[in-house]
Amino acid sequence: MSELTKPSENLNIVIVGHVDHGKSTLLGRLYADTGSLPDGKLEKVQAICKQQGKEFEYAFLFDAFLEEQEQGITIDTARTFFMWKGRQYIIIDAPGHKEFLKNMISGAARAEAALLLIDALEGVREQSKKHGYLLSLLGVRQFAVVVNKMDLVAYRQDLFDGIEKEYREFLGQFKAVPSQFIPVSAKLGDNIANRSEQMSWYSGPTVLETLGAFKKEAARSEQPLRLPVQDVYKFDARRIITGRITAGRLKVGDHLVFSPSNKRANIRTVEAFNIEPQPTEGQAGQSIGVTLDEQIFVERGEVASHQEHLPLVSTAFRANLFWLGKRPLEKGRKYLLRVATKEVDCEVASIHRIIDTMDLAQQQGSNSISKNQVAELTLRTKAPVAFDLSASLEATGRFVLVDEYDIAGGGIITELVHDDQEFLREEARRRDFAWVKGEVTVEDRAQQYGHRAAVVLITGGRHTGKSFLARKLEGRLVADGRHAYLLDGENLRRGLDADLSEEERGQTTEMARRYGEVARLLTDTGLIVVSTTNPFGLAYQEASQAIRTLVHPAPVIAVHMSKSQEEPPPNTDVVLTGPTDFDAATARILDELKRRGVLAQAIGAKPIFQYSI
Amino acid sequence: MKHLRQLEDQSVYILREAYKHFDNLAMLWSMGKDSTVLLWLARKAFFGHVPFPLLHVDTSYKIPAMIEYRDRLAREWGLNLVVGQNKEALAAGMNHTMGRVVCCTALKTNGLKQLLENKGYTGVILGVRADEEGTRAKERYFSPRDKHGDWDFRDQPPELWDQYKTTFPPGTHIRIHPLLDWTEINIWEYIKLEQIPFIDLYLDKGDGTRYRSLGCAPCTSPIKSTAKSVDDIIEELRHTTVAERSGRAQDEGRGMELLRKDGYM
Repeated sequence: MSELTKPSENLNIVIVGHVDHGKSTLLGRLYADTGSLPDGKLEKVQAICKQQGKEFEYAFLFDAFLEEQEQGITIDTARTFFMWKGRQYIIIDAPGHKEFLKNMISGAARAEAALLLIDALEGVREQSKKHGYLLSLLGVRQFAVVVNKMDLVAYRQDLFDGIEKEYREFLGQFKAVPSQFIPVSAKLGDNIANRSEQMSWYSGPTVLETLGAFKKEAARSEQPLRLPVQDVYKFDARRIITGRITAGRLKVGDHLVFSPSNKRANIRTVEAFNIEPQPTEGQAGQSIGVTLDEQIFVERGEVASHQEHLPLVSTAFRANLFWLGKRPLEKGRKYLLRVATKEVDCEVASIHRIIDTMDLAQQQGSNSISKNQVAELTLRTKAPVAFDLSASLEATGRFVLVDEYDIAGGGIITELVHDDQEFLREEARRRDFAWVKGEVTVEDRAQQYGHRAAVVLITGGRHTGKSFLARKLEGRLVADGRHAYLLDGENLRRGLDADLSEEERGQTTEMARRYGEVARLLTDTGLIVVSTTNPFGLAYQEASQAIRTLVHPAPVIAVHMSKSQEEPPPNTDVVLTGPTDFDAATARILDELKRRGVLAQAIGAKPIFQYSI
Repeated sequence: MKHLRQLEDQSVYILREAYKHFDNLAMLWSMGKDSTVLLWLARKAFFGHVPFPLLHVDTSYKIPAMIEYRDRLAREWGLNLVVGQNKEALAAGMNHTMGRVVCCTALKTNGLKQLLENKGYTGVILGVRADEEGTRAKERYFSPRDKHGDWDFRDQPPELWDQYKTTFPPGTHIRIHPLLDWTEINIWEYIKLEQIPFIDLYLDKGDGTRYRSLGCAPCTSPIKSTAKSVDDIIEELRHTTVAERSGRAQDEGRGMELLRKDGYM
């Protein structure tokens, strides 16, 4: 009776629900009734059961580990495959025990549709609710609710209706709508592959028919283009930018904008191995490689899009998150954030509320989130990130947090949080888009000069020796044959800033903006700009952030000087404390410039940058 | 065909993630159909190049045709081939009559562990598939192994969307499984689609038998089959309900669970 036609597509399905509500049994029954089991598998497991003196259960067909069978629970998700009516189903059996929530989430995160099981006898339980809520959070919008063990409640319709009503109400609170409620007995095979004779009152589809009605994910190719850069290869003459298109489509000749760097270029070719003729376009889902008509510097983590539909850029966003870490998520602690291919340090700026998935009650004023809790929070990143809201573009609207070595949580971005750099970032974006370029590229200059452009910014309190160090560094760089220039803010005051009133000159914002735009011009010429934050006095933190935004993506090497131990500003690269040995300090900055790939390792050598140009 | 391209896109993404995150990366190649498809996918991902070494753990009991095929492709595709062997165990006379799990542990698991240790690989790409047998169905795409190469299946890291475990404590390593979502039929369909060269041991050459899964000569037996081409194999697989590894002796009893816990591939 097995239906063996050629597969036209794959569909990933996850089976979730409270522990013991019969997920593995449903799976076993589905395979047995569709003739999808290998020869002898059923008999083999039946024989083992008999030998061990326990009743045969369909669940044993898929619980692979000795321990799973002994405890009678699924520990980790298992992937199994079956073919039905021209479609290959990859079925993920997710554990229902709360101990193994992270495994359930790993399973559900891969799914395009879900079956959620509820035991007719036990009714809606803790994990039934949690799994329902998490499916919604994970973006699995296509799902059906299977009410199992109807044989244990004498196939009563009123009980089934009661569960449907209660659970629909719960799901309705976060606008989740199941495609179907199906009364079944997985053990006896009612309404799994075959229609039940015991429940004539139910006229809806069987589980198998429901699977057949699940649709392949809606056409993401019709959405705005998102191509997060995964890597840049130069194995041969081609410089290929690779990534997986998460939304939209692209073709040769398209004008791409990379965010957050605002770099732009046209697609020259779409590269592929062993595909004839060479493709000229790509669309959502594809892992592709493109070459550009211009050698711009882009790196992993940037998101390519068309200019009409740019992603959002900020250093902060609000999100819904589930936490799976061994230790709690804490406000103020640092984590690694991963959004698409971007990896950046971040911290939890605030925890707005923790959500109890049992009754969706909210708890406020907490400073930490424990394992298996769900919360709303705001994250702040060390550098600007390109992203989308999850409601509009899924793949670039979700993220994970890494704690130490492990992925410890994940979530969806619900809101952009405006940061204080937004205005300047917008100015930089508009300016970069309209920038008129000559024929000489960034790469040409770097090859000629033996270094890349950068800003070395020396911060610190009064009388710490900032100016002296800046002069020393400029001298050393030029003596070494580098192209460096000391940009003193004082020089701007009398000229470029001469139109400002005394009061305006006292405001950091406008002064830093002008200073940043001058630094941007100088870095575009390929120079290493050396500077202090002297003109900004004690507002050096604010000023250095503004300069960073305006010269982006040229790197800013931040050096902080202080007479005694003090907390350096965020993003400081070199910390100099106490009486300064200026020669040693200069050497340390040169090392940092080498480490960051600004300077080539040896004078006269071709620069070998840590990243491709 | 569309479903094959979907599988290909996912595997290519995983291979590129592996290449990006691991400085000391290698791929295991047994010359079987799966790891050869994997090798082909690497050429897809890196546009004709294979930018990491290919490891073969040679038990010395492999079917000779496999070694010839290995050396030919290595030459033609410009592969960096690294062959490892547990010479100590072989010198002590290790063979399958000492017990299959004992022999597999010594020559394959320990052979692999020695190779990883000697070369210091921190990322190893393998061609295991979820539909092969129960414990592999539980694998992650990026699956950590501890200092002894052991697999803690009770406490596997979460794997969310396209985010994988790419950071790990010193001394441990990550096994990378780009083919997890592929089935045996998919492998053959893809071999056909891409015209990938494979060993003819998989075909019936007139005696009514062929190999469905390749391993060591003493522990792998051919199946009854008259499939003489890739098309024949695909057609046969569409109708068979015999398990793929039924010709593999190590799968009997709890063999694979015990082997894989200790770091078998």
